[in-house]
Amino acid sequence: MPVDAIRIDPRDNVATALRELAAGECLTLSPAGESLTALETIPAGHKLAVRTIERGAPVIKYGETIGLATREIAAGGYVHVHNVAGRRGRGDLL
Amino acid sequence: MKIPAFLSKNGQIGVRNHILVFPTIICAAQVAEAVSRAVPGTVSVNHPHGCGHLGEEREHMVRTMAGYCANPNVGGVLLVGLGCELISPQVIAAELAARRVPYAILSIQACGGSAAAVRRGVELARRLKRQARRAERIEVDLSQLKIGVKCGGSDTFSGLSANPALGAASDRLVAAGGTVIMTEVPEMIGAEEVLSRRAANQRVAARIRQITRRMEQSIMRAGVDVRGTEPSPGNIAGGLTTLEEKSLGAVLKGGSTPIRQVVGYAESPSRTGLVIMDGPALDAVSLTGLLAAGAQIIVFTTGRGTPLGAAIAPVIKVATNSRLFQAMGDDLDLNAGEILDGGMSIDAMGQRIFEKICAVAGGEATRSEILQHHEFAIHNIGPAV
Repeated sequence: MPVDAIRIDPRDNVATALRELAAGECLTLSPAGESLTALETIPAGHKLAVRTIERGAPVIKYGETIGLATREIAAGGYVHVHNVAGRRGRGDLL
Repeated sequence: MKIPAFLSKNGQIGVRNHILVFPTIICAAQVAEAVSRAVPGTVSVNHPHGCGHLGEEREHMVRTMAGYCANPNVGGVLLVGLGCELISPQVIAAELAARRVPYAILSIQACGGSAAAVRRGVELARRLKRQARRAERIEVDLSQLKIGVKCGGSDTFSGLSANPALGAASDRLVAAGGTVIMTEVPEMIGAEEVLSRRAANQRVAARIRQITRRMEQSIMRAGVDVRGTEPSPGNIAGGLTTLEEKSLGAVLKGGSTPIRQVVGYAESPSRTGLVIMDGPALDAVSLTGLLAAGAQIIVFTTGRGTPLGAAIAPVIKVATNSRLFQAMGDDLDLNAGEILDGGMSIDAMGQRIFEKICAVAGGEATRSEILQHHEFAIHNIGPAV
């Protein structure tokens, strides 16, 4: 059965789309099989939130923090550079 | 497990037996290339280094160039210089003599110009080739293999398919007694705690944190957000959102065994097993460092697609996804996208990569060798003089 999106670790609050997902599309997450509705178009390889991520909260992938949400992201929302900031290598914050 | 390989004069094993025409200075690069083109079966590289290196940078350049020329895949080196440069063929030759690597020296100024140097170089290259041809493959233990693992043009699939599969292959080589060298320290920022937890001892754990901290400090001095450079525009288009995300996916390629040692850029490991080499993530620079450290084979995962290769070593390319493998098939050797398509487990792909490593060690050519990609670069660490 083709996989729509992968959530690597049970602690992750994002999943990675294996193909482009259309806005409104209902998908199944692998490996645990949860359902999720994409709120907007998610390009292949990009991420969507599996539950609401509050502004300032950690974005978790591989069971680790990969950055912080700069805006609240609803479940099924697109997660990428427009709403996530990294914490490392931030020479701009010096 | 045995593989057929060449035994070099200093006891190391090589999976190739190259005659390398190596310019020690940018001014000699064109002559080196012309000689190599005129003598089939030789290889050359091109680089902008060799002069103006101050202090520590001079040692760094010499160590890397000498290590590269002394890589066990090299059966003989024609060192080409201009005659007035800082890093002359004589400087590199001293290292090669110590390691019993056959070499010859060519100087453009001593020959009276580039045309005469090319003619003389062709004679010298032919002679080195005749000497090297006497070497034959013998059966050696797989534990003698050192592979360098790399990722370049990564996307989010890198951390889902190709890197975990390469990790499974790395584990197999370590189990057989071999060595896996992982580098690209900027792509450990955000994953250094994950790595430190797997260090063989406290000293190695401290070294992992130290090299990562130092790399991040030098990045911070640029005064900008590293995103856009690392991850690169292509990484970001491929879905990678932060450096931390890229790093957590990147470090999977070294596998799950304990990290035995941390070495400097271009420094040979003295331990077997999984080792970390300090240095930048730039593809050509990290490739060159791994080869200077003695890796005989490189396995290189890619999501966006890169044709990069090395003059003196096979670079096995593993695509992270099937769309890339179809689009850039000429430059790629294996497709880890089969994992994402549902047909293959990570472990089965790891076995396939491991089998490819063994086949390539025994002489099977990679796409990068067939297409003659000879990228070479060393990073500067000092002021531009």
